Amino acid sequence: MTVAAVPAASPASTGEQSGVRLARSRRNAELSLLLLAIVLVAAYSATVEANVLDTVTSDFWIPAATLGLVFVGLHLVIRWLAPFADPALLPAVALLNGIGVGFLRRYDLAQAAPEEREHLAVFAGTGGRQLAWTLGAVVLAAGLLAIMRDHRSLSRYAYTLGLAGIVLVMIPAVLPARFSEINNAKLWIRIGGFSIQPGEFAKLALLAFFAYYLVRKREVLSLASRRLLGIDFPRGRDLGPVLVVWLISLLVLVFEKDLGTSLLYFGMFVVTLYIATERVSWLLIGLILFFGGAYLAYLLGSTVGGPFANFYLRAEIWLDPFGDPYNKGYQLVQGLLTLGSGGLFGAGPGGGQPTLLPEVQTDFIFAGIGEEIGLFGLSALLVVYLLIVERGLRAALAVRDSFGKLLAGGLAFTLGLQVFVIVGGISKLIPLTGQTTPFLSAGGSSLMANWLLIGVLLRVSDGARRPVTGGGPVPRPSGGPPEQLHGAPTEVIRP
Amino acid sequence: MPELVITVARFGFLILLWIFVFTVVGVIRRDLFAGARSGRLVAAPRGVGAPAGPPAKPAKVKRGRAAHQLVVTAGQLAGTRITLGEAQITIGRAEDSTLVITDDYASARHARLVPRDGQWYVEDLGSTNGTYLDRAKVTGPTPVPLGVPIRIGRTSLELRP
Repeated sequence: MTVAAVPAASPASTGEQSGVRLARSRRNAELSLLLLAIVLVAAYSATVEANVLDTVTSDFWIPAATLGLVFVGLHLVIRWLAPFADPALLPAVALLNGIGVGFLRRYDLAQAAPEEREHLAVFAGTGGRQLAWTLGAVVLAAGLLAIMRDHRSLSRYAYTLGLAGIVLVMIPAVLPARFSEINNAKLWIRIGGFSIQPGEFAKLALLAFFAYYLVRKREVLSLASRRLLGIDFPRGRDLGPVLVVWLISLLVLVFEKDLGTSLLYFGMFVVTLYIATERVSWLLIGLILFFGGAYLAYLLGSTVGGPFANFYLRAEIWLDPFGDPYNKGYQLVQGLLTLGSGGLFGAGPGGGQPTLLPEVQTDFIFAGIGEEIGLFGLSALLVVYLLIVERGLRAALAVRDSFGKLLAGGLAFTLGLQVFVIVGGISKLIPLTGQTTPFLSAGGSSLMANWLLIGVLLRVSDGARRPVTGGGPVPRPSGGPPEQLHGAPTEVIRP
Repeated sequence: MPELVITVARFGFLILLWIFVFTVVGVIRRDLFAGARSGRLVAAPRGVGAPAGPPAKPAKVKRGRAAHQLVVTAGQLAGTRITLGEAQITIGRAEDSTLVITDDYASARHARLVPRDGQWYVEDLGSTNGTYLDRAKVTGPTPVPLGVPIRIGRTSLELRP
C-alpha cells in the first residue's frame, strides 16, 4: 500500500503510523553483513599467517576484532542517528577497509626479518597505523552523522565549502616544494613528520559547492541551448563556470603534477552538470575539453618541457613501459608482472612477494593484493566498489531534493572514478597517476576523506529511505538559502 | 602447515569473498522488491480513458468512480502521488503550491485543480506555456476525467481512483 499523502492542513497521525510500520530500516541485515565482513578479514589474516609464518599465531584475530569493534560502533551510531540508511554501504566499505589493513600488516610481515616475524607487534608498522587511522576516520564519519542531521543543511555552507575547497587545492601548489612534494608530486602539506593530502578533502567540499551551484543554475544551463547534430548545446556564456573548473583542473595538472586529481575534479564537475541538466552535450564537451587539454599538455611537454614535462613522461611510460623497464617504467612493469603472476586465483593471501613492488602500500596496493588473490578475488573487490557506487546512485535517485540528488550522485561517481583512475593506471589502461585506492591504500587523509564521503552517502540515503510522515517531513531550517533546497512544502510519497 | 590446509584456506577465502558479494546483492535485491511491492504506480492501468475519440468524449464524467489520487506520470516528479481531499490543488513552481514542480516550462502559479460536486476541474492560472488536458489546451475550468493526462511542460498528471 502507499502511505497517504495528506494535504498540509489534515492531521498527520494516520500517515505517520503506517509510514513507520511499513518502512524497514534493515539495520539487522547490515549487522549480519558486517559480521560476515569481519569474519572475512579474520580469515584473510589467518591465511596470511599460515602462508608467511607457516603457523597461525594465537593473536591473528586481534586486528580483525579491533576493526570489528570500531565498525560495530559505527553501526550502533547509524542505528541511533540514521536508522533508515542504506544497509549495504557500511559492510561493503568495512570489508575493503579490513582487507586493506590486513594487507598492510601482511606487508609489514614481509618487510620484517624472518626471525622477527612471529613476534611482530599487532599494532605496529603500517598495518597498525592504518588501524589507528581507521579508528579516526570512523569516528569522523560518526561525528558527521551526529552534526549533519539533514544533508540539506550542507547547502547553507556551500560557498564557504567551495572557497575552502579551492584553497585546499591551491595550498600544495603554492607551497615551496620542500613542504609539499613527495615522490615528485606536489600534493601534500608537510609539517614536521606529519603530512596530509588536502586534495582528498577538497573534493568533498568542492562537490558540495558544485551541487549547490548547479541546483540554482540548472534551468539556465539546460534551457537555453542551440541544437546541433541532434544534441542540445548550451550557449557560450553558460560555459563560463565549466571553463573555470577546467582551468583549475589543468592548473592542478601542471603545477601539482597530478593527472589523476585533475581528472577527478573535472570528471566530478562534468558529471554533476550532467545529472543536473540531463544534457548529453555536457558529457561530450567535458570529454573533448579533457582529452584536448591532456593532449595539449602532452604536446607541450614534448616540446616546451618545463611544468608539462612530468605529464609527458607519464604518458611515455604508459605508451611503452617496457622501453625502460629498470628505470622509468620500473614501477609500472613490476605492477603488471605482479598482477600477471597472480593469475586467475592468485598465490593465496601471504603467498606473494609484495616487497618487490615499489609503493605497494599506497598506489600499487591493488596490484599487491591482486598477486595474492588473483583475478577471481580482485573482481570480487571491484564488484564491492561497484556496489558501493550503485548504492550511492540509488540514494541519489531516491532522495527527494535536487541538492541531495546532485550531492549523492556526484559523490558516488567520484568514488567510482577514483577507483577507475588508479586501477586503470596500474593495469596500463590509462597513464598511471598517483591516486590512492579508496579504503585500501595506506594513508590517513584518503581514509578519512573517503569515510566522510560514506558518512554523507549514509546521511543522504537515510533521508531518501526515511518514510515521509504527514505534516511537513523535515523542520525547515530558518534563515537559509532559497526554500527550494530546504524541503518542498508538498508532502509527496514515492513508491 | 600442511599444503592442503593452505590450499583450502586460499580458495576458501576467495569463495567467502564472493559469498559476501552475493549476500550484499541479496540484501539489495530484497530491498528493491520491498520497494516494488508498495509501488502501486508500477501496475497502474494504461490507457484508462485513452485519448482516441472526439474531444467531447474524454470530458464525460465516469459516474461511480471518484478520483482519490493525483499521480505524476511523467517529468521530474514522476511517481509522486497526492491523495485528494476537499481542498484545491495548486500546481506551479512557487514554493507555496500544493504540488511544486521544477519543470522548465512551468510558471510560478501554473494551474489548479478544484473539486466541485465530486468532480475535479482543472483551471489554467494564466501560465506562459499553457496547460493541456490530453491534447486540448485548457482555457476555462474543464472537468478532468480519470486517467486523462494533464500536461504542464514536461510534466504529466493523472487522476486515479
